[in-house]
Amino acid sequence: MFERAVTAAAVDQEASVETRPIAEASPTLISYRGVGKTFETLQGDVVAVRDITLDVREGEFVTLVGPSGCGKSTLLNMAAGLFEPTTGTVHYRGAVVAPYNQRVGYMTQNDHLLPWRDVMGNVKVPLEIRGVPKGEARDRVESLLHKVGLKGFEKSYPSQLSGGMRKRCALARLLAYDPEALLMDEPFGALDAQLRLKMQIEIRSLAMALGKTTVFVTHDLDEAVSLADRCVVFTHRPGTIARVVDVPLPRERDLMRLRHNATYRDLTAELWDLLSPDMEQMED
Amino acid sequence: MADTTQPRAAPSPAAESLRKPQSTAEARKQAERRRRQKIWLARALLLVGIVSLWQFAAGRLISDFFIGKPTEIAETLYIWAMSGKLFFHAGITSIEALLGFLLGSAIGMTFGVVLGRAQTLADVLDPFIMMFYSLPKIALAPMFILWFGIGIDMKIYLTATIVFFLVFLNTYSGVRAVSREQIAIMRLMGASESDILRKVVIPSAITWVFNGLRLSVPYALIGAIVGELIASNKGLGYLLADASGQFDTSGMFAALIAIMMLALALNFAVKWFEKKAMPWKTVEDKREMSI
Repeated sequence: MFERAVTAAAVDQEASVETRPIAEASPTLISYRGVGKTFETLQGDVVAVRDITLDVREGEFVTLVGPSGCGKSTLLNMAAGLFEPTTGTVHYRGAVVAPYNQRVGYMTQNDHLLPWRDVMGNVKVPLEIRGVPKGEARDRVESLLHKVGLKGFEKSYPSQLSGGMRKRCALARLLAYDPEALLMDEPFGALDAQLRLKMQIEIRSLAMALGKTTVFVTHDLDEAVSLADRCVVFTHRPGTIARVVDVPLPRERDLMRLRHNATYRDLTAELWDLLSPDMEQMED
Repeated sequence: MADTTQPRAAPSPAAESLRKPQSTAEARKQAERRRRQKIWLARALLLVGIVSLWQFAAGRLISDFFIGKPTEIAETLYIWAMSGKLFFHAGITSIEALLGFLLGSAIGMTFGVVLGRAQTLADVLDPFIMMFYSLPKIALAPMFILWFGIGIDMKIYLTATIVFFLVFLNTYSGVRAVSREQIAIMRLMGASESDILRKVVIPSAITWVFNGLRLSVPYALIGAIVGELIASNKGLGYLLADASGQFDTSGMFAALIAIMMLALALNFAVKWFEKKAMPWKTVEDKREMSI
């Protein structure tokens, strides 16, 4: 699966994998400036995030990690333009994000597949919206399904798919409209450990091969470090940035063998210590 | 209920016992088949018992002036069927019920989708809709006779009015039940309002629409039959009223049975369409349960 995904994708953008400059030099794609968000609830106002200043550069794989309910998802929602920040601004390519930022693709823990369409039909949705001619759309969907390893399941309905296959289908749909940036909100939260690792490998290699800027939210520290070029650690609610870490792992990395990598081990241990005092404050 | 319990052409018990069940799944299937056979047998016995009791009681325990006689009912039905009377009148009632059903559900669905997507308009109209909904629609019949006469169209409009509310309210709830997240995801893909309507709202409301349609079937017949009872010279309702006028109890029962058959046929048609319109539902019903 891993090899297939890389080779299939690498055909399109062969050169970029090795020679891409490290994200350091790339222009900023998503920029949070003093962002805060307060939600009104029946129990009074809840501050989800506060004082977030963060730049996501083009081509970068950034993970946001922190305890549940620290407002990580809120940041993604604001980048997608689903709602506005209460304070501060969110810019995308230098312009303030307006409702429905269509240059980003959003993938959440719930895959939001349409239950009345089969796999082929689901992946085709964004192409239909864009008015891509039928034959061309068909070819594109077929190559995408091949890429994510869903060949032979074109006629299956989502209810017939396993959790991992549903994720692959959602991923194919996401790639079908070729967004500049991928926003992922704990997309593999419900998967078992092995499947999760497999999907992590695929998402990382696809993002690298296709040159997608990716912002990946998770509460799993290991996942956050292993996937990221840069890892942003959040505190408990109200979420603020505790630390931003450049992950000193190569861009081409073998996620399968990271457990044996000393740098990786040290970094996760260090971040674990950083996050653990927070755990004691948690109510539940 | 009846559609899942069709008597299957089960292999004869002798042949079955020769073949050893290959697996527990196979054995479970066989046990289930035998259970179904028993259920059908019990139903048949119950029916035969009731009809025999009826036949015996009629004229002996209770005067057949009140309860008719199964043999006479069958004879009446047979005579009506042979003379073509049954099919003519059943045809008239079917047309009324069907056209009313189609008209009412088409308008109901349209209103349901439009109001489901336009919150403010729905809020404005809400008290008026509820006012009309609370009105027993049958009470409109005299008014409809005044407006449309006593022809077939009056029954169609009466039926349509009844069906409209059921389908409208169900469609409306269905459109409202579409998840906001789902719509947001579609918006991010660049979906326009019409994309969202065609690709998300309508398909997801379909389950609810069919719920409304299934509820509407008996009501569609109420509209048609009541219309015929009040003023008509054709239709099954007329046959019923006519038999009643002649104190022909068996004729009344025969008309009632014909109405029941028509209702069953309509129910079956809606279920068939439901299956055709929602192939993903069949698949969902078949998959293994997970809680």
